[in-house]
Amino acid sequence: MSQNKIMLTDEQMANFTAKGYLVLDSIIPEEINKQFLNDIGHTTNEPVDSVYDHYSRIMQKSTIPVVKAGTPLKESYEKGSALEKIIDNPIVSGAIDSLVGLDCVLDHHFLHITFPSKYYDGSKRRKMSQGNHQDSTINVNKSFDIQLFYFPHEVTKEMGGTRYIPGSHFRVVSEFAIARYQNVKGQQHVVCPAGTIIIMHMNIWHGAGVNNSDKIRYAFKIRLMPTKKQELLWTDKILYDDQKNDAIYWTDGNRKLNNIGTILNQTEPWFENDSGRLDIINRIKFWRYISADNNFDTKYWLTRLENDFQ
Amino acid sequence: MPKRQKVLILYLATSMLDSDVIAWSVHDGTGKNFHMPGDSEEPPYETGTDALLDGWRLFQASTLEQHKSGDEFRTGYLKYEFFFEKIEEK
Repeated sequence: MSQNKIMLTDEQMANFTAKGYLVLDSIIPEEINKQFLNDIGHTTNEPVDSVYDHYSRIMQKSTIPVVKAGTPLKESYEKGSALEKIIDNPIVSGAIDSLVGLDCVLDHHFLHITFPSKYYDGSKRRKMSQGNHQDSTINVNKSFDIQLFYFPHEVTKEMGGTRYIPGSHFRVVSEFAIARYQNVKGQQHVVCPAGTIIIMHMNIWHGAGVNNSDKIRYAFKIRLMPTKKQELLWTDKILYDDQKNDAIYWTDGNRKLNNIGTILNQTEPWFENDSGRLDIINRIKFWRYISADNNFDTKYWLTRLENDFQ
Repeated sequence: MPKRQKVLILYLATSMLDSDVIAWSVHDGTGKNFHMPGDSEEPPYETGTDALLDGWRLFQASTLEQHKSGDEFRTGYLKYEFFFEKIEEK
């Protein structure tokens, strides 16, 4: 693993807390992107007879290893392989260490291939984007997994990159039960340069789009599970003023929330007026967990609720 | 001409029909338009009432559920769901 890892900042950790994801644009160099596409056996020379044939060919030619669930990440990828170089990137290894620790284990990995819609022309099925869903199943643990999404090539808007809903990761729902929601205000679509990595909290709502380009779209996903409590993994000390007792609503007009408070209080366009406040409370609880600061609060959200005399 | 049902589902910011649309889905039984997840970034109407003004008939609204003890701060599905319909020629 990289000795020069770059840990996430307090602000990046707060953004991950509030939004449930971090976008690391174009951090993997082009030669590694090319090596990855070569490692998976991607070619533009062979005709794609059918989606099934192409997947079969990729699975046979690819050097992506079959990794047993629970394998330490450090032992998952062969030295010199593109995947090992990606994980060893100082920004990537620093982000993994900050969120789940470098002693995390691999849950699973998978190469998602989204074919241009023309490949389905002969099919009777209507081309259709994937419905919104959370991965796996209901999980209310304080511990959280992360999912790395690596994009080895540029993803344009017409390629139908993954759609995701910022700030949805604290909503407890059951997988595809949320597929009824076709569109959510503030939804985002992955559009990124080659070599981008997006790190998502395991519970982010998302769904794949239709690929309307003439190119195959690849996304490699790695799900990582921590092996310890995710407490102050990114820093020894968080640098912010304690603003727990600052005046709320009626202020002198000049006082600004500190960096963490500002980020945690930002609402999403899709938040209901009342539930959105509960989402902010859940962010504060999450921040207390990862910062080991059980006294942390902003705008008195939790302190107000904790003022209970038995 | 035979008639078919169009369904509009709006999710609002509060239980009040005049509040803002935060999520939406459309299903067109006439077959004239096809909708799918992620196909629009702006809601078809600003509020639920705006849909009524455009001729949609409301036929179902979510009820207000009491918060279960111990579960008061858990968030989940979008709470304020309103089903509308229009009947149009195929």
